[in-house]
Amino acid sequence: MSWIDKLVGRSPIGPMQEHMRVAVECAKQVTPLIDAMVTGDDDAIAAARSEIDRLEHEADELKHDIRSNMPRRLLLAMERRDMLDILDCQDSIADTAQDIAELVDQRRMHLPPPLAAPFQNLTARVITACEQGQTIINELDELVETGFGEREVAMISSMISELGRIESETDVLSDQAARVLFSMEAELGVATVYWHQLILWIADLADYAERVGNRLRLLIAQ
Amino acid sequence: MPSLDSVPVELWIAGILALYMAWAIGANDVANAMGTSVGSGALTIRHAIIVAALLEFLGAFLAGGHVTDTVRKGMIDMDMVSQEQLICGMLAALASAATLLMGATWLGLPVSTTHAIVGAIVGFGAAGIGMEAVNWPKVGQIVVSWLTSPLLAGGIAFGIFQFTRKMILDRSEPLAQVRKIGPFFFFFVFFIVGLVTLFKGLKNLNLDLNFPEALLASALLGLLGAGLGTFFIGRVSTGEADPEHRFDQVERIFVVLQILTACAIAFAHGSNDVANSIGPLAAISSAVSGSELASKAPVAPWMLAIGGIGIVLGLASWGYRVMETVGKRITELTPSRGFAATLAAATTVVVASRLGIPVSTTHTLVGAVLGVGLARGIGAIDLRVVGSIMVSWVATLPISAVLSIFFYFFFKGLLTP
Repeated sequence: MSWIDKLVGRSPIGPMQEHMRVAVECAKQVTPLIDAMVTGDDDAIAAARSEIDRLEHEADELKHDIRSNMPRRLLLAMERRDMLDILDCQDSIADTAQDIAELVDQRRMHLPPPLAAPFQNLTARVITACEQGQTIINELDELVETGFGEREVAMISSMISELGRIESETDVLSDQAARVLFSMEAELGVATVYWHQLILWIADLADYAERVGNRLRLLIAQ
Repeated sequence: MPSLDSVPVELWIAGILALYMAWAIGANDVANAMGTSVGSGALTIRHAIIVAALLEFLGAFLAGGHVTDTVRKGMIDMDMVSQEQLICGMLAALASAATLLMGATWLGLPVSTTHAIVGAIVGFGAAGIGMEAVNWPKVGQIVVSWLTSPLLAGGIAFGIFQFTRKMILDRSEPLAQVRKIGPFFFFFVFFIVGLVTLFKGLKNLNLDLNFPEALLASALLGLLGAGLGTFFIGRVSTGEADPEHRFDQVERIFVVLQILTACAIAFAHGSNDVANSIGPLAAISSAVSGSELASKAPVAPWMLAIGGIGIVLGLASWGYRVMETVGKRITELTPSRGFAATLAAATTVVVASRLGIPVSTTHTLVGAVLGVGLARGIGAIDLRVVGSIMVSWVATLPISAVLSIFFYFFFKGLLTP
């Protein structure tokens, strides 16, 4: 259908889901990065960083592609503004993963043994939060398919609540990690500041994932 | 049909132009109607062509008479028109509408056959005979229907989509629901098509049913449809459930419903648009044979054959390619949306045809797609395309009228000794 194909424009939902997949994949590379910091393997750190850089770049390309394919002339099932806000939050996940990898690589940061477990626990939970965000974004096509059906909206709402719960767990874990860190402040010296920055950034990954969910909650509440 | 030697030259030209119009209709609109079904793999191209040709033909034959009458004599005061003027005018109408269609097809613009033919008839009537010869109230009624029919189709599409949402998609067991509800949609389509066709519609078959009779017969037809629906839906293999795409199985059932509506739109199109090529031909034929203009010269079977052959030629030559490209492309319009929009458009067109109002299938379909979009059922609708369709909508009339005036004087010079 030549003109119907033109009339029914390219929906941004598929590309949005692809962007989220790449952003979360990027965040997941923080796990091997932390593991390499525990073993003090600089090659593995560099490898993890280059993988994160590659994925962040891919996410960027997707983001630009989505933005330039979402002109105002499209009548979207979901508000353009909301979609772009969600896209920004998704992109921040990849950006933050890159910030983490950069700092670790530049300073060749090897984790002191007492910090290994707190960092790994925090990271694992943060990745769970990101994955939950991805699961939620994967529901966007079903949301449109059901025409914002009540059942689907209720399901997504409970998934978002679950994401909120996971995120508050990451808050507790980052608090624990910071306490261990500050107990070693005298021994670590100025490096404490950088380790603390790292904890904040890792926790930020979960924050941005939660923000994706919260923006979506506003969107489906309309 | 008289022996070929005695066929006047006017009728030869008219027959060729009507064939050309039908070819253009088949190449464009019909391919569009069947395209999504081919695209979703529900029909092979060969089957789509057979089904489309058959239903277009049935639509024209069984339900096309009312629009043919309107095109033939509804818009011009026949008492003021001489036979010669009528012949030249109708030739001009066919020539200008066909030229316009060809140009629009070349430019890839969706124009309406109906708008082209109405504009052409008004054009030659107003310029060739006189402003007072045009039945302006009737023309006004037709033009208003071009606003109301997409609105109506949009409203119906909105309703159908909300219905499928509430009854099927937003349920805990959408797959079981669609199997249950599907046959009802078959009933509805067969019932509506039956009712508009049977109620005082089958003059061609000398079958004149009154309303209760038509209602009963349509209900029976609807039940037959429901039976067919149950059969076809039962045969669909939905494949394995995919947790990533939970509605894929449901959509596979909607493919069957989409084929149903593609058939309905082919029928509706036949009842409405094919008349655009046959109507002027019928008028010319009755004029050259010298019969009384006001009398009911029936649409002869050979005229329908020209319409049918033209459509099949169009489908086979150009429509084939349109469907092939559609088949290879992933359309964002999923079967459930395509179903809601096409069913709404088909219903609107069939009812309008029954009332003798020529409406545009294309624009009705646009209205229906927008209706589903406003129900937040479609990811993205390009409003610029809506705008350009509206521009072509408005522009078709004057262009067609001007072309028609040109052709009118051309044929007048050619045919007047």
